[in-house]
Amino acid sequence: MGFRILGTGSALPAKILKNDDLKQFIDTSDEWIRTRTGIEERRVLTGEESLLSLAEEAVNKALSDGKIKPREIDAVICTTMQGDCSVPSLSCLLAGKIGAREDVVTLDVNQACCGFVYGLSAAEGYFSSGLAKRALVVSAEAVSRLTDWTDRSTCILFGDAAAAVVLEKSAENKVYFDFCVKPDDEVLSIERPNDNFPYAEYSGGHFIKMDGQEVYKFAGAAIYDRIKGVLGKSGYKAEDVKAFLLHQANIRIINSSLYKLKLTDEKFPHNIERYGNTSSASIPLLLDEELKGGRLNRGDRTVMCAFGAGLMSAACLFEL
Amino acid sequence: MKEQVIKLIAEYKGVEPDAIDTSASWADLGFDSLDVTELMVRLEDELGKEVELTPEIVNIDALLAALGE
Repeated sequence: MGFRILGTGSALPAKILKNDDLKQFIDTSDEWIRTRTGIEERRVLTGEESLLSLAEEAVNKALSDGKIKPREIDAVICTTMQGDCSVPSLSCLLAGKIGAREDVVTLDVNQACCGFVYGLSAAEGYFSSGLAKRALVVSAEAVSRLTDWTDRSTCILFGDAAAAVVLEKSAENKVYFDFCVKPDDEVLSIERPNDNFPYAEYSGGHFIKMDGQEVYKFAGAAIYDRIKGVLGKSGYKAEDVKAFLLHQANIRIINSSLYKLKLTDEKFPHNIERYGNTSSASIPLLLDEELKGGRLNRGDRTVMCAFGAGLMSAACLFEL
Repeated sequence: MKEQVIKLIAEYKGVEPDAIDTSASWADLGFDSLDVTELMVRLEDELGKEVELTPEIVNIDALLAALGE
């Protein structure tokens, strides 16, 4: 079983935070951030916006792009590290916001930066089981809420965004997946704090903790392994693929992957310059931009590859 | 192995191997922390063995010593 993409959409917070703006909080510079990450600016949600409203905007654009009505959607899958509420789920609230049917299947997926690829695999599962013919996969992340704005090694990296795809079941358009987990809660994690539970001590946590060099080493190997994995499963070669959409974490991770895979950079589009690392939203955001910009077209064979906290990595290959 | 390591570092920096000062600090060679990490990854691929980056590896000479050169 597989699927095809009927439409895509994305939404960004209005507030742009340029590298130099970060000097208000931390000791850093535009040059330092650019050379180490490739990031020039990022978007952040402010008090007037919610993640739900951002997700709703992305979905409405994707539905409009695919010429699909909300009531034609059978499943709403959201990938997020944290919605506006812990409960109800973002997917549940989003289904109501967009006017989906009451019998729609809703599911939140928290697989950090790999969320979008896992969300696609969940959609494929619903298609295979007969639960759905059309599904939304919506990646919405407010990483700014999980960031320690006093930590200059991490707060420079992240941004907020939402991006959505409308999928339709397709027996002909097969989708290949490759996943890997290497459980580790030291290299990259966000711990749950304990605030006032009387039977446990107060604990900190809440913010992203990351060992940048270990993540860098993990990412390079994971991208190589997942791309080789998904190519091996599909039988296609790298030259048969129009584009490799990598999770946008750091331009130097992308460049390192190019070197390791011995591929040229035109097959690896990137937009990290403008948005930073938007976790699971980064791949569908890039996909939307590439499609709307005409650099990718329906039918193009594409690999999507993500890596992140877990440590997890995930890839898929299919024709758009 | 020394020539292999210096050649790889020179290629990474886009300079001739003769231009590499093995006693210079990583910073003086123009390497930031991610450059050094990337270098270790490439060395592992090239040499086929794990290269652990410790705080004592402050330059190429120290790296070569850690590699047993």
